[in-house]
Amino acid sequence: MHTVRTRTARTLAPLTALALTAALAGCASDAEAGADDAGTEQPEQHMQADALSVTDPWVKAVDEGMTSAFGTLVNDSDTDVVVTSAQTDVAGMVELHEVVTDDSGSMTMQEKDGGFVVPAGGEHELAPGGDHVMLMDLTGPIEPGVDVSITLVTEDGSELEVTAPARSFSGAQEEYDPESEMDEMDHEDMDHSDHEEDSDS
Amino acid sequence: MSADDERDVRPATSSGSSRRSFLRGGAAALGGAALALGGRSAWDAAQATEAPAAPPADADGRATVPFRGPHQAGVDTPPQSFAAFVALDLADGVDRDALIRLMGIWTDDVDRLAAGKAGLTDTEPELAQVPARLTVTLGYGPAVFTAAGLEDRRPSWLRPLPAFDVDRLEDRWNDGDLILQVCADDEVTVSHAVRLLVKEARTFTTVRWVQRGFRRAPGTTKPGTTMRNLMGQVDGTRNVDTGVDPGLVWHTDAAGGWLAGGTSMVVRRIAMNLDTWDELDRAGREQAVGRRLADGSPLTGTAEHDEPDLEAKGPNGLDVINPIAHIRRARTENAAERFLRRAYNYDDAPGPGELSASGLVFVTFQADVDRQFVPVQRKLDEADLLNIWTTPIGSAVFAVPPGARDGEYLGQALLEA
Repeated sequence: MHTVRTRTARTLAPLTALALTAALAGCASDAEAGADDAGTEQPEQHMQADALSVTDPWVKAVDEGMTSAFGTLVNDSDTDVVVTSAQTDVAGMVELHEVVTDDSGSMTMQEKDGGFVVPAGGEHELAPGGDHVMLMDLTGPIEPGVDVSITLVTEDGSELEVTAPARSFSGAQEEYDPESEMDEMDHEDMDHSDHEEDSDS
Repeated sequence: MSADDERDVRPATSSGSSRRSFLRGGAAALGGAALALGGRSAWDAAQATEAPAAPPADADGRATVPFRGPHQAGVDTPPQSFAAFVALDLADGVDRDALIRLMGIWTDDVDRLAAGKAGLTDTEPELAQVPARLTVTLGYGPAVFTAAGLEDRRPSWLRPLPAFDVDRLEDRWNDGDLILQVCADDEVTVSHAVRLLVKEARTFTTVRWVQRGFRRAPGTTKPGTTMRNLMGQVDGTRNVDTGVDPGLVWHTDAAGGWLAGGTSMVVRRIAMNLDTWDELDRAGREQAVGRRLADGSPLTGTAEHDEPDLEAKGPNGLDVINPIAHIRRARTENAAERFLRRAYNYDDAPGPGELSASGLVFVTFQADVDRQFVPVQRKLDEADLLNIWTTPIGSAVFAVPPGARDGEYLGQALLEA
């Protein structure tokens, strides 16, 4: 059901690959994790996406705007796998999100600092009300029952293509306003910068 | 309680019990739930390592019916205790592509739920953990073939039944573009499955009607016991056995086309007037059907499955089995005019001034409605003592596609032209 597409011969350094991915997706990513691992990469080493699979992926069907993708990320290797970004043809912009409780006690979404860490031999759940892949600037309606192809990119640049069926779903109503999040970050979280070049410094 | 206690609650099911595990079991029996077994029983259970495992206390809840196969489940599956029949209408604009998407969604849901697993988007996943022999049986009304642009594939019998004189049909129980028959030995399981299936179909369908029904609860009667309806009668003796007469229910590969492995489903809502039925003494009640109330035996026999002797005369020279007793009128010389009955009782809230609103969700499966069901119903329409107390108030006919084999979705043989 899920096809794994892994880059076997990489020509790009992890940081460059990550930056490129982020640029293609038209959104910001935290490149810190990729930079940390850059020096320890071995060419023969198994790519992270080889160890990654997604159990029960799905996407909330919507007519327009934005939506979310869910599922359980599974890592069957003995080292952590970090999903740092995602792409899909059906959305102009994709971000990895978490839901946090803000100072006023209300739940709010924000980009997940460092991406989704799938522990060695473990799982990381993406679910309504929790971590999820946010699909924005949808190119058209996502009808219930269609299959949406989503590519997860790991910190070493390897990729996993996931087929996520769309389902009608009343939950996952969290509204997301990237503008307001950036406003918050401007005065709260300098590490979570909008510019990967800055975050590396 | 601790993990040890949990394990030792079912000592009889664990094999290779060493002295050490016995000691632990004994200890748990003193303080834990195994105490319910009684000291001596716990001892015996732990000693008898070769003894057959006792079924777990929640065996009824754990039981599953395979969903995948050449036929849909829920047709010749031994009837579960509870059922919901959900008729749906297609939303405007649903075409073949949309139907294929809907079938994919439902197939995935049923695949999971029948195995006791949560649906993909299940917001109440804990409710899915008790499969209780859950089956979901899908049927198509005529509109599916129109929406899919496949009118040429619509079986000739897929249309409303002809009007019968006894009918007092109410549109709120009639017809439907799709039906989901959801059955399980637990009502919570049925409710959860219906909710999930209906809400995931919300952009494709609207609910037209829902009929709920019940039989005896699991474990309350011996397996194979013929059900009783709310008039107190044994109801469903001499049912079709698909092991003996598969062709009465299933379309065969040779002649079936897309329907090979499929069948048809008739859902008739039969209201019972229990108030006037109450006016009848037991002898009168037995005359109406031709069977004894106590055990369902024909009035000419001694056991439920004895063949009725329709020629037998009483001392007064009259037929022992009344000329218009139900079993006489329902009988046919034509062995092909039989069908599988899978009825459920219903007992709704009564209307103003009424004591009850009870009856039968009379569900039948047959390869061909016109050849098997209609001739029998015509005879009963002409004359049947039971008609005095029973009134059909709803009627619907559906084509039941074959089962989904591994990798297939329900209805694939029809929709993949």
